[in-house]
Amino acid sequence: MMDSTAKTRIVGAALPRKEGIDKLAGRARYVDDIQREGMWYGTTIRSSIPRGLIRSVTFDTSVDWSEFTVVTAADIPGENCIQLIIADQPCLADGKVNHCEEAIVLLAHPDKHKLRAAATAVRVEYDPLPAVLSIEESERQDAIVWGEDNLLKSFLLQKGDVDSAWSTAAHIVEGEYRTGAQEHLYIENNGVIAEYSALHGVTVWGSLQCPYYVHKSLVKVFALPEAKVRVIQTETGGAFGGKEDYPSTLGCHAALLAMKSGHPVKMVYDRMEDLAATTKRHPSRIRHKTAVDKNGKLLAMEIDLATDGGAYSTLSSTVLSRATLHSTGPYVCPNVRVRAKSWATNTVPYGAFRGFGAPQAVFAIERHMDEIAAVLSMDPIELRRRNFLHQGDTTATEQTMREPMILDELMDRALHESDYYAKRKIFARENHTSAIKRGMGVAAFYHGSGFTGSGEVYLNSLAAVDVTPEGKVRVLVSSTEFGQGTNTVLTQIAAEALELDYRDIEMAPPDTGIVPNSGPTVASRTTMVVGRLIERASKQLVAELREHANLEADHTREDFFVACERLRAARGKVLSECRYEAPPGIVWDDQKYQGEAYPAFGWAVYVAQVEVDTVTYSAEVENFWAVQEVGRVMNPVLATGQIEGGVAQGLGYALYEKVIWQDGRMANNQMTNYIMPTAEDIPPIHVFFEQMPYQHGGYGAKGLGELPHDGPAPAILNAIRDATGIGFHSIPLLPEDLFAGLMARSLIEGPATL
Amino acid sequence: MSTPLPTFHFSVNGERKQVQTPPMKRLLDVLREDLCLTGTKEGCGEGECGSCSVRMNGELVNSCLVPVLQAEGATIQTVEGLATDGRLHALQEAFLKCGGAQCGICTPGMLMASAQLIDRNPHPSLVEVREALSGNLCRCTGYMRIFESVLAAAASGKAETELAEKHDAR
Repeated sequence: MMDSTAKTRIVGAALPRKEGIDKLAGRARYVDDIQREGMWYGTTIRSSIPRGLIRSVTFDTSVDWSEFTVVTAADIPGENCIQLIIADQPCLADGKVNHCEEAIVLLAHPDKHKLRAAATAVRVEYDPLPAVLSIEESERQDAIVWGEDNLLKSFLLQKGDVDSAWSTAAHIVEGEYRTGAQEHLYIENNGVIAEYSALHGVTVWGSLQCPYYVHKSLVKVFALPEAKVRVIQTETGGAFGGKEDYPSTLGCHAALLAMKSGHPVKMVYDRMEDLAATTKRHPSRIRHKTAVDKNGKLLAMEIDLATDGGAYSTLSSTVLSRATLHSTGPYVCPNVRVRAKSWATNTVPYGAFRGFGAPQAVFAIERHMDEIAAVLSMDPIELRRRNFLHQGDTTATEQTMREPMILDELMDRALHESDYYAKRKIFARENHTSAIKRGMGVAAFYHGSGFTGSGEVYLNSLAAVDVTPEGKVRVLVSSTEFGQGTNTVLTQIAAEALELDYRDIEMAPPDTGIVPNSGPTVASRTTMVVGRLIERASKQLVAELREHANLEADHTREDFFVACERLRAARGKVLSECRYEAPPGIVWDDQKYQGEAYPAFGWAVYVAQVEVDTVTYSAEVENFWAVQEVGRVMNPVLATGQIEGGVAQGLGYALYEKVIWQDGRMANNQMTNYIMPTAEDIPPIHVFFEQMPYQHGGYGAKGLGELPHDGPAPAILNAIRDATGIGFHSIPLLPEDLFAGLMARSLIEGPATL
Repeated sequence: MSTPLPTFHFSVNGERKQVQTPPMKRLLDVLREDLCLTGTKEGCGEGECGSCSVRMNGELVNSCLVPVLQAEGATIQTVEGLATDGRLHALQEAFLKCGGAQCGICTPGMLMASAQLIDRNPHPSLVEVREALSGNLCRCTGYMRIFESVLAAAASGKAETELAEKHDAR
């Protein structure tokens, strides 16, 4: 029997969250809960314009600047750039600014209350330059604001012969879909503490996802050897991708102040600064042109996909890649052409956010499928079924679906659980005579688990388990906990494989001075990829103990620790490391943009039941069903919580969360007017898992965390289409947008029928 | 010379406290900085997110909106005051079991709002739970596990008793 399907004691059990008691007792230490001896506080002077040259920076003499530490780009000992994919983003603006809120000057002082007044006494004068603030303006290239053509990245994905297909089509259906920026709105804002000493170099503690990302930037900014930079994750109050890249910038800022002041420096943003200055989800504009035959078979898909990347490249190329690879939906189509482009604008750089390009792409294709169904006068479910990918089919990148797939079964389950057809029938009857119009909507989709293409090979992740001389069994990874369950799931996996109890295992501190680089905590890769490394490392340790330390089969806890001490006596330590090995047959061609885009996919069918009030123009989700196949479920309570949380964020993305831009700056940078769903806005969410163990994932797991953000928005807008007969093409869809759509129709058709 | 700072007296989690501080300092900062009770969190600083919720004189308040001068003579309970003698409160137990906490940053506020609800209404309906927690934002859970936690704690009957015992202690 395969490892991934073997019976387990601990994997699959609803064990309590590893760090749960600390969080519930209020004693978990988040960065703002930590004080260091002699600690100062830092703040940031930011650009007030979207683009321009810095003419002068002056310090008003009303402030006694001798009390303060002031840092500018001139104080950077190494390279003035943040290390992501391309090093185009300065740590501090030097001579010019490319977006509002770009950091120019840093201040530190022992009294945080004095910083606010001092910050207003720093005057920056600019020679403004023309700014580009939308995809369309960037495409026009009237002003070149990045590189030679404003183009951060482009991909061309081609399969078959699209151009020849149009003439054979029964119908050609076109549509343009737009998605807005979305703020992560983790409840804990970005924050770090930094220390510097000539002897030890730089140490940064912070609320962050990827300690080694921050480490990489610090090494360059300070021109220090790797061993003289240490990054430690503190308890992190939500991230969702929003603490993937930004902490690299903030960590460098605090460390520069710490070096110059000679004091530890804490920088914790308040909500307004966090909302205005940190990354958001990429806005998108996606155009579909689809050829179908009279039976609804997809013949050709031409997709023009554009994202707004903001002022620097950050992660825009990989977000664009994932959007491209999710743009055709879970369907078979012989002829595909996707032209994908990410455009630079003079807004705060967009960054990683749960789903990473997929929610945008899935919104477009899954809304478009309902529009195609309408043109064909076909049931949207039937249209999807006629085109679903099955085992043995190939995707747009010519990836053959080798694993068993059960999209039809997921659809069956979703329809059954939601009572889809019966409800549609009832609603269709009732809607004629009611001011409340109700409808049902579906989205079918996948989410690729782990890094795209050859990404995991490049990451070359290393993870380990060890047993300390004090008898602690530890999981050593740089994979971090920020609510999603890393600590719990990885210790469950280690306990299972080491044949110990869950309570016997702990996580080593997320400190680059202690743990190896198991890659970033992103891309729904932790359980599948790093979990697999921990499973292998644990089994390797047991094998070594059996071979070299007389550990017998079916060992007890005591046997295990006795054997560990024997191994320690012989070798000096008890450590088992494992490095990533690609599953066989995973080949990706970056040049042709073809091959195995992802080693595995999570699959899902979501159903939304929505009511639209034609008097108040509010749309509410009354009920929601989420059916998915994500490989083996490690912990049902945590997994269900991930799905519910993702659905709630997706619901906010669809109906509530709108970033209002004013001259390149976020105008509603407060929780008062950037609205996320409350406890009264979320419908009952019914979560179902079908379990198909994936043989190369940790105990059969595939990625799970991002999937639930992909489906809600199209399911909800499809339900609104079912309720009102109007297909809306943009999110967020606010009451004023519903009003405009319903009014536009009543102008054409006469007064709305109630 | 500046005038000396005024002194405020109140009780926190059953202990008498005396703090010399500017009168307009936020109760949130007094708890976190002067009393080192960092369980109470700041999420927005404007009374929207509820992360800083504490119970003051039997009412649920956003401690980011309460100047310390309003707390003079008050009885305050924070998340640190929920567990008794190292034993988790029934609400904390239920949150642990049902997955009511994920990243944990909204959790102290959620617990205080839940305690306030159960104190007033020992057997709330789901609708009442939703309403009682509508001033506390959670970005991780989608609230479902939190509702389940509160209902489970209420059903256990223990939460009610424990809260009543705390009243007696006051």
